[in-house]
Amino acid sequence: MQAKEIIARRVALELKDGYVVNLGIGLPTLIPNYLPSGINITLQSENGFLGLGPLNGQEPLPNLVNAGGQPCGMVPGGSFFDSAMSFALIRGGHVDATVLGGLQVDRCGNLANWMIPGKMVPGMGGAMDLVTGARHVIIAMEHCTKEGNSKILKQCSLPLTCRSKVHMIVTEMAVFRVDNGLVLEEVGPGVSVEDVRKCTESDFRISTSCRQMAI
Amino acid sequence: MSIPQKVVSFKEAEQLFRDGMTIMFGGFMGAGTPAGLVRALLANGANNLTMIGNDTAFPESGVGPLIVNKRVRKLIVSHIGTNPETGRQMLANEIEVQLVPQGTLIEQIRCGGAGLGGVLTPTGVGTIVEEGKTKLTFDGVEYLVERPLRADIAIIKAKKADRIGNLVYERAARNFNPLIALAADLVIAEVDELVETGEIDPDVVITPGALVDKIVLAGRN
Repeated sequence: MQAKEIIARRVALELKDGYVVNLGIGLPTLIPNYLPSGINITLQSENGFLGLGPLNGQEPLPNLVNAGGQPCGMVPGGSFFDSAMSFALIRGGHVDATVLGGLQVDRCGNLANWMIPGKMVPGMGGAMDLVTGARHVIIAMEHCTKEGNSKILKQCSLPLTCRSKVHMIVTEMAVFRVDNGLVLEEVGPGVSVEDVRKCTESDFRISTSCRQMAI
Repeated sequence: MSIPQKVVSFKEAEQLFRDGMTIMFGGFMGAGTPAGLVRALLANGANNLTMIGNDTAFPESGVGPLIVNKRVRKLIVSHIGTNPETGRQMLANEIEVQLVPQGTLIEQIRCGGAGLGGVLTPTGVGTIVEEGKTKLTFDGVEYLVERPLRADIAIIKAKKADRIGNLVYERAARNFNPLIALAADLVIAEVDELVETGEIDPDVVITPGALVDKIVLAGRN
């Protein structure tokens, strides 16, 4: 199984029936494909609607785009609204979970995912509001950079998206809960705790119930 | 009672833009940005603009062409990542870019249009967004004081208008549009369809006509 699929399958297990969820662009958008049967969630798109869905091969409708600007679908029962309402939903705690990618996360639950000074400065878009207001903040990302460096650090070195807001980190190697430092809750398929240690710059505690991901 | 004639041509609308103006625009990655008014702004030649809106879309869409043609001196936006030309000009110090969290930006605009002196938000606390801003703590929660934003002109895209300017939007093209309609001295709406006053059910009007000063019909001259 590829890293991205492992991550998406595992995050899908965190989403509870009835949740309103905002998914970041990239890897998080794979998650709905792996929701267990009987779990129905409503996707929020921060550009102004609830009820985001797949296109399913249908002809795209004008002005129906996701937060990445790409044509998308909508499920029955959706609703459109303006950006003030959209971010009131987000900041006001009406979004149960957000799943975003990350460049770095540290043991205090700090996240950096919006800029690399001098190189990549796309802007934060809605990310800072999402991590501030969503009830559960899950970071879904590959464990290491392409160069093989740990993305889970003692302290983020890049400009932060938020301070102490991340609740959970899911990678292809591990699931960490943030609770006064990092707690290793699960390891990925074929991964040992020792493997996780080698690939993780931050120190972490090991949960007494630490187990293999059930994906 | 005389009803002011709000419906104008793009040529007439074009005359309203001036060098150095601050302009708010609707749209998210181009969806909900009035393409005809962006073209009018290009044709007018106005320079040194300050643009306030969500993002600079792509080089060929949204307000992207204004960036590519170097008409903008300063941007206040939440995202520039899909238009490489904005990033290039920023890193070359050719354009000033203020990046603002999207939920903060829309609240600053709402404050500007609603007569409020600012808003307290937890978004951005502990990040570089808080630099230079007043911080207040209530009930143990830290907030940033974010001040209102206003503009000389707001350019709006709507699906439909009647002759007094009541507006209805289409799907995700609503985004910033209803908020910027409150926050500018002059509001110009580009619409796909113009109907007679009274033909839009008052229950579905999103932006009241009293806020709209000029209307242009998309695809017409």
